[in-house]
Amino acid sequence: MLNFFALKKIGWAIFTVLFVIVLNFFLFRILPGDPARAGIRDPRLTQEAQQQIRERFGLDKPVINCFESLNPPRLGSCAINPLQTQFFVYIKNLLSGELGISYHTNRPVFDMLRERLWNTVLLIGAGQILSIIVGMALGIVAAWRARTAIDYSALIGSLTAWSLPTFWLGIILLFWGSHNLSLPVGGKLTPGASFPNSWGYVHDALLHMLLPTLTYTIIFVGEYMLIMRSTLLDVLSEDYILTAKAKGLKTFQILKDHALQNAMLPMVTIIALNLGFTVAGAIQIETVFSWPGLGGAIFEAVGRRDYPMLQGAFLLIAVAVVFANLLAELLYSYLDPRIRTET
Amino acid sequence: MALDLAAGATLSSASWRRFTRNRMALIGLIMLVTTVLVAIFAPLIAPYNPYEPVRVTIDDIYARPSISHLLGTDDAGKDVFSSFIYGSRVSLIVGFFASFISIAIGGLIGIVAGFYGGRVENTLMRFTDIMLVIPDLPLAVVLVALTKPSLFNIIFVIGILGWTGTARLVRAQTLAVKQRKFVLRARAIGAGNWHIIRHHIFPLVLPLIVVNTVLVISLAILNESALSFLGLSDPTTLSWGQMLNFAFTRGAMSSGAWWALVTPGFGIVWLVLACTLLGQGMERVLNPRLELHHLSAVTPTPTAETL
Repeated sequence: MLNFFALKKIGWAIFTVLFVIVLNFFLFRILPGDPARAGIRDPRLTQEAQQQIRERFGLDKPVINCFESLNPPRLGSCAINPLQTQFFVYIKNLLSGELGISYHTNRPVFDMLRERLWNTVLLIGAGQILSIIVGMALGIVAAWRARTAIDYSALIGSLTAWSLPTFWLGIILLFWGSHNLSLPVGGKLTPGASFPNSWGYVHDALLHMLLPTLTYTIIFVGEYMLIMRSTLLDVLSEDYILTAKAKGLKTFQILKDHALQNAMLPMVTIIALNLGFTVAGAIQIETVFSWPGLGGAIFEAVGRRDYPMLQGAFLLIAVAVVFANLLAELLYSYLDPRIRTET
Repeated sequence: MALDLAAGATLSSASWRRFTRNRMALIGLIMLVTTVLVAIFAPLIAPYNPYEPVRVTIDDIYARPSISHLLGTDDAGKDVFSSFIYGSRVSLIVGFFASFISIAIGGLIGIVAGFYGGRVENTLMRFTDIMLVIPDLPLAVVLVALTKPSLFNIIFVIGILGWTGTARLVRAQTLAVKQRKFVLRARAIGAGNWHIIRHHIFPLVLPLIVVNTVLVISLAILNESALSFLGLSDPTTLSWGQMLNFAFTRGAMSSGAWWALVTPGFGIVWLVLACTLLGQGMERVLNPRLELHHLSAVTPTPTAETL
């Protein structure tokens, strides 16, 4: 049963990735600006480089059968070999990890993204773990002290935190931190600094991570708290909790031994649902703190009209979110066996 | 998420009374109405017209708050307070129009999927799931970056990306309503699909759509501000996100010009919070039985009502 469920989920994840790949191809060829072709006329590239890129990405070939080009729309022959189209070259290049050449640095996009991927994973990971822990703790306190001043202030605080634009919170924290606490103004490490020992390196890295992680935590903590609180209250109204109460157990003990496990499922769901928002958060936070991650890459690519980079970063982010989502769904079915039997 | 609204839960006088007793919804409504009034009467409130070119000296750049400039000046020497007042217009316009597109698409897909079921439902909901997984903001950034950054494009992009949640909610509600006796009876006496959707399903799905709209508006406003901050808005229309973009990229941080950084963000938080409070409150007013929602942690006690 598990295998069938898992296979189905994996199948849909693969389908979604294919959808994203096709979308990514056509978006960059349909929309005005025609970056796929315009890009090779970039004055920053030499004649040979342009010719090389044209061949490497098949830009001299028709976009797809029946269409010579999509923007401006030009019909072409339908009777050509599909292997002789831009679309095929795009897929073939993708399979070998070829995402294009950055107009800005003239380096392969894939290499640039690979360096940045881990920085984003580090930032999102730290921020998510912190906000989950803090959010759950606050949610437990709020449920435990339900309908008291503590509960209400936690509730209002969460709603306000939810209403904060991520980038603005980042700006405010950065302003405050750099002026009052002399924290670094951005980046991952102090540029040009040499560290006498590994402790100096770790110290510098941590100082740089402090504010971005804090921003992340504040943005997401409210929602986790609310979910934890409402599920706990929900669970606490169940009959078996009444039984536990009748046995004379303390509220805290009931929470710890009976309610918490059952409240975990909605938490996993909401964490999975948040994956898209974490990426949105990453773009904003990395932009504010000049953090060298994928989100920052998207922002820089937009500013520099570096379309291969933009295309590659979007593809990588979307695929990563799809797979993280799949992972969460499989985890969920593992935690709650009832899911598996539903079809 | 089977959201089963109480029968006849429309904006009747009874729900209006419940509405006014719900402090959360009332505060949200007052905040929203204030913003709308400020946006409409911006030329009367703002001491300067931010769209008019000004002649400035070096001292006018990031000038501290004073009598002539209540909230100081920005990187171009313009009055921050006036820009702040005018900026509300873009946020409201984007919020309303983008969410209108989202709600229309989401509502249509939800009702059609829920009502017709079978293969139609399967296809539509699969598509919804796929769109739900693809992260919104990166896609929005790509779309706006590839098209001309204009107010219309931003509204359109936010609108066509924000419908997935609505589609799911409306579908669940349609499924619940479809099983009601009066729908079965209407069908038995020969009512057509269109008639049933228009006269029996839609009126009962509408309250849910209204509540959802307010929450979709707040998301649209947040997305607009993020896109503008990332430099993807039309540089000639003034918005809060864009004010922050200019302030952040043009030295407000190093000049210590907190007024240029705090003010626009306050506007965004105010407006989003207004919509959130209103949406949460309305949810409870229209459906007292609805006790659990994605964001609203409503407790099943009367004391929570008074919050």
